[in-house]
Amino acid sequence: MIFQDFVFYSLASVVIISALGVITLRNPVYSVLLLVLAFVTSSGLWLLLEAEFLAIALVVVYVGAVMVLFLFVVMMLDINLDQMREGFWKWFPFGAILAFIMTVEMSMVLMSKQFSSEIIQTPEYKSVDYSNTKELGRLIYTEYVYVFELAAVILLVAMVAAIAITLRHRTDKKSSNASRQIAVSRNERLKVISMPAEKKE
Amino acid sequence: MDSFQPLFEQLFGSEWGVPLFLLAKNLLLILAIIIPLLLAVAYLTFAERKIIAFMQVRVGPNRVTFFGIPWLGGWGQPIADAVKAIMKEIIIPTGANKFLFLLAPILAITPALAAWAVVPFSPELVLADINAALLYILAMTSLGVYGVIIAGWASNSKYAFLGAMRSAAQVISYELAMGFALVCVLMMSSSLNLGDIVAGQQGGSFLNWYMIPLFPMFLVYFISGVAETNRLPFDVAEGESEIVAGFHVDYSGMAFTIFFLAEYANMILVATLTSIMFLGGWLPPVDIAPFNLIPSIVWLLLKIAIMLFFFLWFRATFPRYRYDQIMRLGWKVFIPITLIWIVLLGAVMQLPEAALQSFPLNLWF
Repeated sequence: MIFQDFVFYSLASVVIISALGVITLRNPVYSVLLLVLAFVTSSGLWLLLEAEFLAIALVVVYVGAVMVLFLFVVMMLDINLDQMREGFWKWFPFGAILAFIMTVEMSMVLMSKQFSSEIIQTPEYKSVDYSNTKELGRLIYTEYVYVFELAAVILLVAMVAAIAITLRHRTDKKSSNASRQIAVSRNERLKVISMPAEKKE
Repeated sequence: MDSFQPLFEQLFGSEWGVPLFLLAKNLLLILAIIIPLLLAVAYLTFAERKIIAFMQVRVGPNRVTFFGIPWLGGWGQPIADAVKAIMKEIIIPTGANKFLFLLAPILAITPALAAWAVVPFSPELVLADINAALLYILAMTSLGVYGVIIAGWASNSKYAFLGAMRSAAQVISYELAMGFALVCVLMMSSSLNLGDIVAGQQGGSFLNWYMIPLFPMFLVYFISGVAETNRLPFDVAEGESEIVAGFHVDYSGMAFTIFFLAEYANMILVATLTSIMFLGGWLPPVDIAPFNLIPSIVWLLLKIAIMLFFFLWFRATFPRYRYDQIMRLGWKVFIPITLIWIVLLGAVMQLPEAALQSFPLNLWF
């Protein structure tokens, strides 16, 4: 499987380099674009693991929608780098604690051999007609259906809340009402009058 | 072609020979798809000019010809245009971000070509017969917007930037409706594989095509496809009367031509996907003697051509939508229709077997 190793290491190095670029580059637009690259390459890594649904869902959801909006916002911001760096040392301890916790959590997952007695087994390679999407759908809609619905409701609530916060009822706003525009009849707009021809003086 | 495999194994060893052979073989197959595609793009521009000219009672391009043959008048026009584009200088504006400015057209055309990998042209003729093809198509079509956004930003021009912002909002809005319409298709066919989707529409006549039971979804998908490709009447990203030429106002020469190619390749892609998912792909309209003798690829090409004609017809007919009307159509009309249709379709699929066997449901379920 030397070819797969080659693909894995090239994708993995691209992920790591672009992820480093995300946090080190000064131009936020470059950071967002490198994040996109990191997402696309990690979806390539997931494809190597034969998780095609997750891989493509990552591209569709994160790259195709979330990052487009990110880019949209970042491009419109007027970014002053000096201003951004002002509070760096004030927030540094907080960030350091967060980073430490995340590192510990990640190492606990990665070194699970040391922390638990169970050994996680490498998944075996499936046959060609095995559909990852079908299996995932079966699990989500049978075994985990309540959890899934709950997650969906939470997202819906968050969406409604976000819209409710930004929805302002302005009275001075002018907008057209499409259904009323369509419903107009000739009689409301046009009056045909009969006017007899006048004689020339 | 497989007879070359031993040669590769001899040259590169048994471990690297097989993957390298597959790589070389796939590269050749990719060329076999892309070269006809680019030719089709070139002649689609010619067809567009001729058809719109016909609709506007003009003549259209009729001068450039091959070897001076008079009745080929106009057929050399796409070639002449291509040569002109290659010869022109690519001007990079002073304030532009040079790297991203040149990267943007590449990002626009890559997904437009990559999506063709999973498109089946006949039951056997497909480059990558993967079982998540529909998802892959969705992923690729959603990537195309990056080219537009980056072009708008890297040009360092207000008009280009406005075009990019408009395009980003528009594409995201219509992608939702498009995705939901595709959910209906995969509910009907219970497969994500495009070949299986066409096989699911088999059954003797055009009544079995998903266009009939999913007619609103067919309209939603096709109109969203028109919006996704930034074609008229949804071309607010370009809108030459409002923001000059939108995101590609600063592009010239080959860099502009690549945006142009991407737009037309995307049009052909949307037309092909509509034919495959709603119009029965390569299936003949009636499965009887004179029709089913015609090769299946002819039917597919015919359906693609009809859908492409609609694109051109729209362009000649409709005035451009206002921006808020585009958003209203996407969010307040298409998404509710698709959501209702998904629930309705799910309810019909859960009907008892006896009810499903009754006419006309027995045609589709």
